[in-house]
Amino acid sequence: MERIIEIKHLNKSFGDNEVLKDINFHVNKGEVVSIIGSSGSGKSTLLRCINLLEKPNGGEILYKGKNILDSDHDVYAYRAKLGMVFQQFNLFNNHNALSNCTVSQIKVLKRSKGEAETIAMKYLRTVGMEQYINARPRQLSGGQKQRVAIARALSMEPDVMLFDEPTSALDPEMVGEVLAVMKDLANTGLTMLVVTHEMEFARDVSDRVVFMDKGVIAEEGTPEQIFNNPKEERTKEFLRRILS
Amino acid sequence: MSLEIVKDILIKYWPMFLRGAGITLFLAVVGTTVGFIIGLAIGVIRTIPLPEIGPKRVFLKIVNGILAAYIEFFRGTPMMVQAMFFFYGVAGVFGVQLNKLFAGTFIISINTGAYMAEIVRGGIVSVDPGQYEAAEALGMNHYQTMINVMLPQVIRNILPATGNEFVVNIKDSSVLNVISVTELFFQTRSVSGSTFRFAEAYFITCMIYFVMTFTVTKILRSIEGKMDGPKNYNIIGNQMQVERPEDLVRKQDDHWHGN
Repeated sequence: MERIIEIKHLNKSFGDNEVLKDINFHVNKGEVVSIIGSSGSGKSTLLRCINLLEKPNGGEILYKGKNILDSDHDVYAYRAKLGMVFQQFNLFNNHNALSNCTVSQIKVLKRSKGEAETIAMKYLRTVGMEQYINARPRQLSGGQKQRVAIARALSMEPDVMLFDEPTSALDPEMVGEVLAVMKDLANTGLTMLVVTHEMEFARDVSDRVVFMDKGVIAEEGTPEQIFNNPKEERTKEFLRRILS
Repeated sequence: MSLEIVKDILIKYWPMFLRGAGITLFLAVVGTTVGFIIGLAIGVIRTIPLPEIGPKRVFLKIVNGILAAYIEFFRGTPMMVQAMFFFYGVAGVFGVQLNKLFAGTFIISINTGAYMAEIVRGGIVSVDPGQYEAAEALGMNHYQTMINVMLPQVIRNILPATGNEFVVNIKDSSVLNVISVTELFFQTRSVSGSTFRFAEAYFITCMIYFVMTFTVTKILRSIEGKMDGPKNYNIIGNQMQVERPEDLVRKQDDHWHGN
C-alpha cells in the first residue's frame, strides 16, 4: 500500500512545553484515519505540523517519500496538495461561497476562471451548497460555512484531506449535516485524516483510529480494536470518560 | 463683517479662491492616495514571516528597521518643519531649485504614508489570523494571501481612519504655505492682504474648507457601504427539484382553505 504521509520522530514544543514527543505515524492512500484524544493531547498540533502551519522542532515528514522539512522543498506546492478544514471554518470573508472555492484554484493552480468555477460547482454540489454560491460567509450558518469550507479544500483536488475538529464549533443540530458530507467523502476513497471528538464517526467511518495522550501516540489500531478491545489503560480510561 | 463685502470679494476674487481650493484638493487627493499606497506596501512588507536563519532574515530585519525609522521620524516631526527642511534645505545643500508644488506634494505624501503605515498595521492585526492560515493552507504565498484575502478586508477596516486622514490632509495642506505653495490658505492671505477685509476673506475660506471636508466624508461613507456588499443573497434555482419546507407548508394551507 502506498504511504502518502509518513512521520518519523516528530517533535514540537511551544517554549518549554513539549506538545509532540517522538511521533511516528503514517497515512496510506485511500485510508480514513481518525485521531482521538483529550484536549491538549497534541492532536491538532500534529495535524498543523503536517501542513506546516506549525513548524516542527525535529523529525521528518515524508510526503510520497520526500522529506518536506528539507529547506529546498516547495512548501506552497506541497500545501496545495493537502486540503485543510478548520474548526473555525476560516472562509474568506471578502469572498462569496463560489469565489471562496475558486480564488486559490486560480492563483495557486493557475486554472482559468471558467475551469475553476466548473470544478468549484462540482464540489459545492457534493456538499449540497450549490444554491448558496452568492452568499457571503457572514450570511451562512455554521454548518453551511463548514460545508463550503470542505468544498473549498476539495476544489484544489488534494491528495489528502486534513480535518481539524470540523464539528467542534458547531451547534449540535448542525453537526449531523457536516458529518454526513464527510461520510460520503470517505466512501469515495478520498484519503482523510480527521482530528475529532465524534466517537461514532471515528468508530463507523475510519479504517484506523489513533489515540493520542500527552503528546504521544498511546495506541493505534482498527476501530474495532480501539473501541472494543483497547489494550492501554489510558485508552480505556479516555473511552470510559467520553462514551459515558 | 458684512455679507455685502463677502459678495463683493467673491465676485472680484473667485478665480483665486477656486485655484487655491483646486491646489488644496490636489494636495489632499494625491497625498492621501500616495500615502495610502505607501501604507499598504509597508504593511505587506512588515508582515512577511521572518525566516529563522539565513541572509533573507538579515535583509528583512534591516528593511524593517529602515521602515520603522521612517515612520517614527515623519510622525514625530511637524509637517511644516519637514517642508521647510526639504524645500530650502535640499535647495541650499545641493543647489537645486525644487518645484514648490512638487515639494509640497512629496512632503504631504510621505507624511501621510507614515501615518497610514500604522493605520494599516492596525487593520492587519484586526483581521482574524484564521484568514491568513486558511490561505496559507491552500498553498498561497505571502503576496497572494495579502492581495486576495487580507488587504481587501484590511482596506474595509481602515476606511474610516483613511477618511479621517483625508480630511486632515485637506486642512493641514495649509501649512505648506510656508514654502509658498499656492493652496487655499495662501490665496486667502493674498486676498485679505489686498482688500484688508480679513473676516470676510477667511469666512469664505472656512466655508470652502468645510464644503470640501464634508463632501469627502460623505463620499467615503458611501464607499464603505458599497464595500460591505449586498445585504441579501439569492438562492440559485433548486436543482434537486425537492420541495422546500416552506413550499410544503404553503400547499397544506391552500388545501385547508380550499383555494
